Amino acid sequence: MKPTDTKNPEYYHKVVDCQYACPAHTPVPEYIRLIAAEKFTEAYMINWESNVFPGVLGRTCDRPCEPACRRVRVEEEPVAICRLKRVAADNKGDVKKHMPQGPFPPNGKKIALIGGGPASLTMARDLAPLGYEIHLFDEQIAGGGMMRSQIPSFRLPEQVLNEEVNYILDLGIHTQFLTYVKSLKEVLSQDYDAVFVGTGAPRGRDLPKLPGRKEADAHIHIGIEWLANVAFEHTKSINKKVIVLGGGNTAMDCCRTSRRLGGKDVKVVVRSPFEEMKASPWEKEDAIHEDIEIIDNHVPLSFEHENGKLTGMKFQKVKAVYDENGKRQLLPTGEDDVFIEADEVLIAIGQENSFPWIERDLGLDFDKWNMPVVDEVTFQSTNSKVFFGGDSAFGPKNVITAVAHGHHAAVSIHLFCEGESLYDRPSPYTNLVSQKMGIHEWSYDSSVAIDQRYLVPQAKKSLTLKDRKKEVELGFEIATAYRETQRCLNCDVQTVFKEDRCIECDACMDVCPTSCITFTTNAEEPELRQKLLVPAENLEQDLLVSSELKTGRVMVKDEDVCLHCGLCAERCPTSAWDMQKYFYSVTKANQMSTAFPPIEK
Amino acid sequence: MSYLKPQFKHPKLPKNKIGYTIKEYEGPLSTLCAGCGHDSISAAIVQACFEMSVEPHKVAKISGIGCSSKTPTYFLGNSHGFNSVHGRMPSVATGASMSNKDMVYFGVSGDGDSASIGMGQFVHVIRRNLNMVYIVMNNGCYGLTKGQDSATADQGSKSKAGSVNPFQAIDLASLAIELGAPFVAQSFSGDKQQLVPIIKAAMHHKGFAFINVISPCVTFNNNAGSTKSYDYVRQHIEATSTLDFVPEMPIITTKYDQGKSTKVALHDGSIIQLNKLATDWDPEDRVSVVNALQQARLKNEILTGLLYVNTEWNDLHGTLKTCKTPLNKLTEKDLCPGEEILEGINRNFR
Ligand SMILES: Cc1cc2nc3c(=O)[nH]c(=O)nc-3n(C[C@H](O)[C@H](O)[C@H](O)COP(=O)(O)OP(=O)(O)OC[C@H]3O[C@@H](n4cnc5c(N)ncnc54)[C@H](O)[C@@H]3O)c2cc1C
Ligand SMILES: Cc1ncc(C[n+]2csc(CCOP(=O)(O)OP(=O)(O)O)c2C)c(N)n1
Ligand code: SF4
Ligand code: SF4
Ligand code: SF4
Ligand SMILES: [Mg+2]
Repeated sequence: MKPTDTKNPEYYHKVVDCQYACPAHTPVPEYIRLIAAEKFTEAYMINWESNVFPGVLGRTCDRPCEPACRRVRVEEEPVAICRLKRVAADNKGDVKKHMPQGPFPPNGKKIALIGGGPASLTMARDLAPLGYEIHLFDEQIAGGGMMRSQIPSFRLPEQVLNEEVNYILDLGIHTQFLTYVKSLKEVLSQDYDAVFVGTGAPRGRDLPKLPGRKEADAHIHIGIEWLANVAFEHTKSINKKVIVLGGGNTAMDCCRTSRRLGGKDVKVVVRSPFEEMKASPWEKEDAIHEDIEIIDNHVPLSFEHENGKLTGMKFQKVKAVYDENGKRQLLPTGEDDVFIEADEVLIAIGQENSFPWIERDLGLDFDKWNMPVVDEVTFQSTNSKVFFGGDSAFGPKNVITAVAHGHHAAVSIHLFCEGESLYDRPSPYTNLVSQKMGIHEWSYDSSVAIDQRYLVPQAKKSLTLKDRKKEVELGFEIATAYRETQRCLNCDVQTVFKEDRCIECDACMDVCPTSCITFTTNAEEPELRQKLLVPAENLEQDLLVSSELKTGRVMVKDEDVCLHCGLCAERCPTSAWDMQKYFYSVTKANQMSTAFPPIEK
Repeated sequence: MSYLKPQFKHPKLPKNKIGYTIKEYEGPLSTLCAGCGHDSISAAIVQACFEMSVEPHKVAKISGIGCSSKTPTYFLGNSHGFNSVHGRMPSVATGASMSNKDMVYFGVSGDGDSASIGMGQFVHVIRRNLNMVYIVMNNGCYGLTKGQDSATADQGSKSKAGSVNPFQAIDLASLAIELGAPFVAQSFSGDKQQLVPIIKAAMHHKGFAFINVISPCVTFNNNAGSTKSYDYVRQHIEATSTLDFVPEMPIITTKYDQGKSTKVALHDGSIIQLNKLATDWDPEDRVSVVNALQQARLKNEILTGLLYVNTEWNDLHGTLKTCKTPLNKLTEKDLCPGEEILEGINRNFR
């Protein structure tokens, strides 16, 4: 293999598994260390700079970082990254003074943001400090999009959302709430320099063809519409026996909300096997904890009713069968159909995009699924002035993805307004600094804790089920949070190898607790992977390969299960190994023109 | 500075025949200097024991005093150990072996520990042919007491402080062969490929097995001009050959390209040469080995690999005709078989 090019900013970035997996590339280990040091404000600002909604995300993030966490590979359970974020938000001091302070000198450019969800708000935050005049339109009464209308208050208290939405709106954003945009053509006819569409995926799927759907309509609701009605207090109660159709997170929010509005006997009925439901495992656990029954492998057949009054639903029992490609089919088991009683049904089987307000003669192409054609790098549509981001761009995802889209699209809009190529994008900000403080002293805590993941305490069920606004999770106590921070392996503290210093004493290879390092003769990657002390079978993880050493061998380090314990560097007599902290930050629109580096402790 | 090794191991670490991973043969984190050759030898012992699937509780490590003698603390953490007095490891090992002959004994010593203060013990343990693996971690200096020249420092070798050693070196391998050691090998801490199979063979050898391992002291004897430095020995790594050891078969094979040797110029212009064993060399013929060692010394060469092996000589237990059961397993009943038997024995003397 060729020697690894560690100058490529993505090499060390990829070693930081959590950060790499995070759509916004939040510098996770950096803020975890700050939490350990009780520097909550700084930890919050690292997050805010990157993901804009630390308090919201510390409670609700889909946390793609956690399954990616190295701890999963060396132990089992990931670091509770998401819930540590909340600790920063809960305990922070005055953060506002660290945020950009308006009013900003206008740059004469005007941008329209349609929809007030996380994608648009991120865009607003990134562009406002550059002097853009930003007009944000949303049909709801306040900003936040689905974070407000969909995510229930028992998971995300309103004041947490309001606080973080207001940090952005206070930058001088012109808001027009309770304003549904009916025509993009009309918006384009005004003097905006660019338009951003962050309208989400607002339409819930229905089962229009299922027998009884029309007749029993009074007691059948679309999940996301019903949740919005609850959030905006148009709906205040539900009948006792509830069926929720679907197996995703929306279904989990529907059933748990039902329990709080009067539902006593709440069942989630899903087509797929329990293990394959789309809902996150923790959402399922929480639902079960609230006495909700999850019935899997049941396909809805009909809504049953008497004189227009819903009495229940009929289901066919199925089982999952897999072909040799692993493709799943749900085949009837042949057992009798099942009738489940209900006096209210919530349909939570997915969302769709819908753009009735976008005229089709604006040079803005739609594909065969009726989705706008959007560039995956620039987020520009085929109408050069119109950009998309969040759920509206490529279908429903989650808040952190919407935030990441917002950052990218803001860079594009800024380049567009400056007349530059949208493909001439700024490189990330990176910094690699030795952590050496003395002969064997590091400025990070290199010891590896064996503690298992700590659980976040929850409020008593008897209290939370009575009040839909009562937050279920209480958040970590500071002392528990500290212990959880110690589980983090500091994956950003890189093992940097300088071959010209190596005397090949093998000390690093001998000491490495997880057998990451091998000195061997070089070979092509597949063969080299097999030649290591323990064959490097996880192909998703890279090999760090040195150039040829004096004895003709190369040093190969499998990044897979390195604990970043620093022992290799401590046992190296010549400092050929060094532990160096790698800071990687996606460059945001507001950091492009100024030399202002991202907020770093 | 880390004092504890993380407890995690590679999830796919291979297991040996008795179901252990190499971790079960390791010890706590070494406190020797970073890069000390001794740590590599420890790692080679760990590797050999893992590959041989020995049960850790059937191994005892006995050592004297010195950095080298400290190493047993850092390997085979699940085995028995006795860190004895300077130069007195052989007598402690003899006592242990006498009481329980069913164990694998590793005697770990240094060049100071064996070639100076412990020379008398070294000589006599060979003479008695105690069944053990005797490893000298040879760095040509007293590492623990800050690097004074030891008796194995080569004449002309330069210390870190710049002084040149005026005395002749004691060649422990030649001495061992001269004294009748039935297994004598020489190796380098930086060449595990060669060292691990030698250790495995030594563990299998019944009788005294001596391994002299050149092991650079990075702190006090790794300077230019030293004949025991990494730089100096590294240039020979490619030239040395590996030795295969197949535990199932009693045959020990040496696989060397014939007569190849590498010359290395020393700081003072002298030449040292590292030889591979030639095929006309018979590791079972003591005369040919002594001859080769003498030749090598004349030419300033270091021979590595398994130099000499003789499987015919009786070990100490054989010579003393001790009983089959280890002495420490004899019960009171075995030792005091009763008045009647005593009477019988006494009758024989009347
Ligand atoms: C029940 C439910 C629970 C969820 N829970 C989570 C969770 O826990 N964690 C997570 O990460 N994600 C969650 N999501 C997904 C997440 O809410 C979305 O992915 C995210 O909010 C998308 O952000 P966005 O910026 O694309 O737009 P959205 O948040 O969808 O906001 C779009 C906004 O635009 C407005 N709008 C639409 N059309 C117009 C128009 N023509 N004129 C004016 N305004 C308009 C809408 O009213 C809305 O306010 C959940 C989704 C649902 C349905
Ligand atoms: C009876 C006695 N005399 C002297 C000493 C001092 N002493 C400690 S270690 C040592 C030399 C050790 O040299 P070596 O065996 O080569 O070990 P190394 O540290 O080089 O590995 C000496 C002389 C001692 N501990 N005990
Ligand atoms: S151990 Fe820490 S730095 Fe590494 S992936 Fe997990 S959270 Fe991120
Ligand atoms: S930091 Fe070094 S010693 Fe520690 S696990 Fe990683 S490679 Fe091994
Ligand atoms: S002083 Fe020398 S022999 Fe002792 S531990 Fe340090 S390097 Fe090894
Ligand atoms: Mg010594």
